[in-house]
Amino acid sequence: MHVHFLDPYQAGSSPVHALDARVKFILATAFILTASLTPNAAWAVYILLLALVLAVEHLSGLGIGYVLKRSVLALPFVLAAIPVIFTDGERVLFAFSLGSLTVSAHAEGLVRFFSIVLKSWLSVQAAIVLAGSTPFPQLQQAMRAVRLPRLLVAMFGLMWRYLFVLADEALRLMRARSARSGHSAEPGLKPGGSLAWRARVTGGMAGNLFLRALERSERIYLAMAARGYDGEIRTLPLPALRRGAWSVLGFGLAVLFLLLLSGILLRG
Amino acid sequence: MHHSIEVEHLSFSYPDGHPALQDVCLSLAPGEKAALVGPNGAGKSTLILHLNGILSGEGSVRICGMPVEAKNLGRVRAAVGLVFQNPDDQLFSPTVFEDVAFGPLYQGLPAAHVERRVKEALAAVGMEAYAGRVSHHLSAGEKKRIAIATVLSMQPEVLVLDEPTAGLDPRARRALIHLLRDLPMTMLVSSHDLAMVQEILPRIIILDEGRVVADDRTARLMNESSLLEAHGLEKP
Repeated sequence: MHVHFLDPYQAGSSPVHALDARVKFILATAFILTASLTPNAAWAVYILLLALVLAVEHLSGLGIGYVLKRSVLALPFVLAAIPVIFTDGERVLFAFSLGSLTVSAHAEGLVRFFSIVLKSWLSVQAAIVLAGSTPFPQLQQAMRAVRLPRLLVAMFGLMWRYLFVLADEALRLMRARSARSGHSAEPGLKPGGSLAWRARVTGGMAGNLFLRALERSERIYLAMAARGYDGEIRTLPLPALRRGAWSVLGFGLAVLFLLLLSGILLRG
Repeated sequence: MHHSIEVEHLSFSYPDGHPALQDVCLSLAPGEKAALVGPNGAGKSTLILHLNGILSGEGSVRICGMPVEAKNLGRVRAAVGLVFQNPDDQLFSPTVFEDVAFGPLYQGLPAAHVERRVKEALAAVGMEAYAGRVSHHLSAGEKKRIAIATVLSMQPEVLVLDEPTAGLDPRARRALIHLLRDLPMTMLVSSHDLAMVQEILPRIIILDEGRVVADDRTARLMNESSLLEAHGLEKP
């Protein structure tokens, strides 16, 4: 009885799965950088980037549908970009009043908004392909290999490891609650309790979970310290990149650089 | 006269396809006390979670004559007191009182009634003095007793316990055995503690690889060393 749905990795034997995790990590990061550095309204470049990421999705065997479904996760973050419609630009599209305040939407803001939405959607897709085609331990090795601060990598690792434990714990708590959520045989009683009471119970559960997470983290630290942990995680050295991997890396970076350049030139 | 627990041809597989229960049949008469034993991964906990509809598989489960299905879940959960193996899962409220009051409050009982139920339940497990304590800071044995009180306060007809003696010191274990012996309701106890089973549970149901492989009087099964060993059990 465990929570599995959190782990995004999907086993497979596609060329994307087989590619060295370091190359994938660098290319995915470069893709996200390219998407974010491309100027607003460079629609042609966005389409090319989309074609690129869709091609990789198809090649990875994850399925375009799978990735698109998961990329919906990015939607809530898009909300944060909505204000730019109203704050950016000169040309007024429409205006409405909120009490004494007049709010006007601008064409430039709208363009910028859609650019941000597209860019974040593209970036999220790249991240999904990376996480979906690379087992997490390899991803962690890749982060170390590109000299990401070790403490940060160790934190990612512990988070990923114990997220499942915590999710399982939350699942068991909720199960224990539903096991005792019964209806009395006495007629005329309304089961469920008041909203405030239910909220208090849920609050108690959250607090409990927090306390346990804290205690567990202390136990984990002690177990690590007992085995000689001094703040530095040591790992075996990774094998050198193979020639094929180097060429994929070089080619990928060159394509992304060209796309970025054309985006800047098109707009400039 | 209906049985307290009636399980007929129950099969269940986890979403990953692993079959956890295969064609399980068993019934417990009102007031009967039985042990559910078997190696780790035999399906004991899975079976227990079917008894109040937290999991549902193919086949039928009836509690006190009520089929365990969506429209009966509320009544079934009030009738079955499920004590989880880890009391920390069961105790999710800030204080002992609130935890024990959860079931009655959920049922919508009036406040005076709830307080009486909590008092009685805590008295039954000998923990009256603990009502105001924080569950988090109790010992394993105390937590276990409180966990039992949290279901006693619902006045269930059936008590189902998952590994009640696991992790208890001898004194806490002894106290728990006395407590279980004195409780009058129908009881199904999943356990590896065959010494405890021998003492208070007259019937044993052995589960292995999701199937019932033996169901008989404790006194008789305890003499079948080869059967016990074949299913990873040791005669005490």
